[in-house]
Amino acid sequence: MAEALSQSGKARLGRLAIYACLLAVALVYLMPLWVMVVTSLKPLDEIYGGSFIGLPQTVTLDAWRAAWSQACIGTECTGLKPYFVNSLLMVIPSVILSTGIGAINGYILTKWKFPGANFVFGLLLFGCFLPYQAVLIPMARTLGILGLAGSIPGLICVHVSYGICFTTLFFRNYFVSLPDELTKAAMVDGAGFFRIFWSVILPTSIPIIVVSCIWQFTQIWNDFLFGVSFTSGASSPITVALNNIVNVTTGRKQYNVDMAAAMIAAIPTLFVYVVAGRYFVRGLTAGAVKG
Amino acid sequence: MSASKRMSSRLASWLPRLVVAPSLLIVVITVYLFILWTGLISVTSSKFVPVYDFVGLEQYVRLWATPRWHTAVANLFIFSALFLALSTALGLLLAILLDQNIRAEGALRAVYLYPMALSFIVTGTAWKWIMNPGLGIQKVVNDLGWETFRFDWITDPRMAIYTVVIAGVWQSSGFAMAIFLAGLRGVDNSVIKAAQIEGASLPLIYRQIIIPMLRPAMLSVIVLLSYIAIKSFDLVLALTNAGPGAATELPSTFMFAATFRRNQMGVGAASAVMMLMTVAAIIVPYLYSELRERDNG
Repeated sequence: MAEALSQSGKARLGRLAIYACLLAVALVYLMPLWVMVVTSLKPLDEIYGGSFIGLPQTVTLDAWRAAWSQACIGTECTGLKPYFVNSLLMVIPSVILSTGIGAINGYILTKWKFPGANFVFGLLLFGCFLPYQAVLIPMARTLGILGLAGSIPGLICVHVSYGICFTTLFFRNYFVSLPDELTKAAMVDGAGFFRIFWSVILPTSIPIIVVSCIWQFTQIWNDFLFGVSFTSGASSPITVALNNIVNVTTGRKQYNVDMAAAMIAAIPTLFVYVVAGRYFVRGLTAGAVKG
Repeated sequence: MSASKRMSSRLASWLPRLVVAPSLLIVVITVYLFILWTGLISVTSSKFVPVYDFVGLEQYVRLWATPRWHTAVANLFIFSALFLALSTALGLLLAILLDQNIRAEGALRAVYLYPMALSFIVTGTAWKWIMNPGLGIQKVVNDLGWETFRFDWITDPRMAIYTVVIAGVWQSSGFAMAIFLAGLRGVDNSVIKAAQIEGASLPLIYRQIIIPMLRPAMLSVIVLLSYIAIKSFDLVLALTNAGPGAATELPSTFMFAATFRRNQMGVGAASAVMMLMTVAAIIVPYLYSELRERDNG
C-alpha cells in the first residue's frame, strides 16, 4: 500500500517535472516576441534607462507610427509603408501563379503519367533544395536582359520559377493518394483533361491548396536574398527595408522603432500562422514525411 | 477512324506533356542552366560584369587563398555542427515530452513552432537587441545584482558565431520537434505497452525502442537542417552583419559580398559552386533514397 502510494507520488512528480520543463521552454521561446512587443511600446528614454524585458511604464505608439511612415531607409524617410505595399504586390501574384501551376503539374505527374514523368519530378524536386547562391549571378543577368532588373515583376518571376518546385511537390504527393478510379470514371463519361482537373480534382484539393498558399506566402514574404540581390531603393521588399532601418548607424539608436519595424514585417506571417497553423505545419513537414 | 479524330486523340495524349512543358522549361533554365552558367563564370576572370575568357581554376585557387573564405568554411562547420546537434536534441526532447498526453499540447506546440513563421531578418533583429551587452540580457542580470556577469558574445569576435547558433536554434528547433512528433505519432502504442509489461522503464523504452524507430524522421531532420544551415544568410546579415570584422562570415555571406560588394564575380561564382557541391552531396543521395523507397512502397 505504502509502496503504491509512493509510486503514484513519484508518477505525479514526474508529470509535474514534464509540465515544468515544457512551460520553461515555452517561456524562453516567447521571450523574444515579448521583448519585441514591449520595446516597441516604450519611449526611447525608458529603453536607455530601464530593463529591456520589463513592462513599459508609459505606453506609446510613437515608435510604430515612426516605423510605419517616418523611419529612414537609406535617404528616403518614408517608413515601411511603401515597402509593405511592395511585398504585398510581390507576394499575391507569386502565390497565385505558383500554386496554380503546381496544382496542374501535380495533376499531370500523377493522373496523366507519361514515360519519364518520375524523372521530371526528380528534376523539379532538386529545385526545392537549391542553394540560391548558385543561381544569383545568372538570374541577375537574365533579369537585366529581360528589362526586369530591380522591379517587382522581376521578383515575381523569380519567386514563381523556384516556387513551382515546392508547389509541384505538395500537389503531387497529395494527388498520388487520390484513387485513379476517380479520373478513370470521369474519362469514361467523356470528360477531357481540363474538365477532369476543374470538376473532379480541384474540388477535392482545398486542403493542399491552403497548404501551398500558406507555404508560398511565408517563404516569399520572408525572402531576403532575392530581394537584396535584385532590387534596390524604392522597389525593395519589406525584409530589405527592415534590414536597412536596423543597420542605420548614425545618431542615437532607436531600438523601439527597430522593434516596431520588425513587428510590422512579422505580423502578416504571424497572422497566417495563428489562423492556419495546422496547414503551415503540413507544409513544413511535406518535404520530410513521405506522402 | 477519321483523320481529324485521330489528330485530336493524338493531341489529347500529348496535351499533359504540353501543359507541363513550360514549367519544366522554366526549371531547366533557372535551375540547371543557371548552375552551369555559374560554373562557367567561375572559370573566367569576371569581376564587375561577366567576361567569358577561360582562366582555368584560377578563381578557385584565389578563393582558397582568401583568409575570409577559410573563416567562412570554419564557421560553417562550427555553426552547422552545433545548430544541428542542439536543434535535433531539443526538438527530440520537446517531441517526447509533448507525446506524454500533455494538456494544452496544441498551444505549446504552437509556441515552439511560431519562430518558423518569422523572417530570419526579424529573428536577427530581435536577438541582436536581446544580446546587446549594453542594454540586453547582460544589463538586466547586472542590474539584478550580479555585476560581474558578462554576456557580450555578439561583440566578441571569438564568440560571435555562437550567437548565430542561439538565434538559429531558437528559430528551427520547433521544426525538428514537428517532424519528430509526427514520427512518434506513427509508433504503435502496443509496442510500448508490451515493453512496460516486461518491466522496462520509460526512459529505457525510449532509448532502446522508440528512438531507434524514429530513424527516418531523424534522417529528414538532419538533412533539412543541414540545408537550412548551409544557406543561412539573412540571419547572419541581420544579427551580426558577418562581423565583428569577419568573425561570423559564412559561405553564403561571402558569396554575396564577393559578387555584389567587392566586384569579384569570379570568386563569388567559385564559392557558389563550392556551396552547391556541399548541398548536392547531402541532398542528392537523400532524395534518391526517398524516391526509391516511395516507388517500392
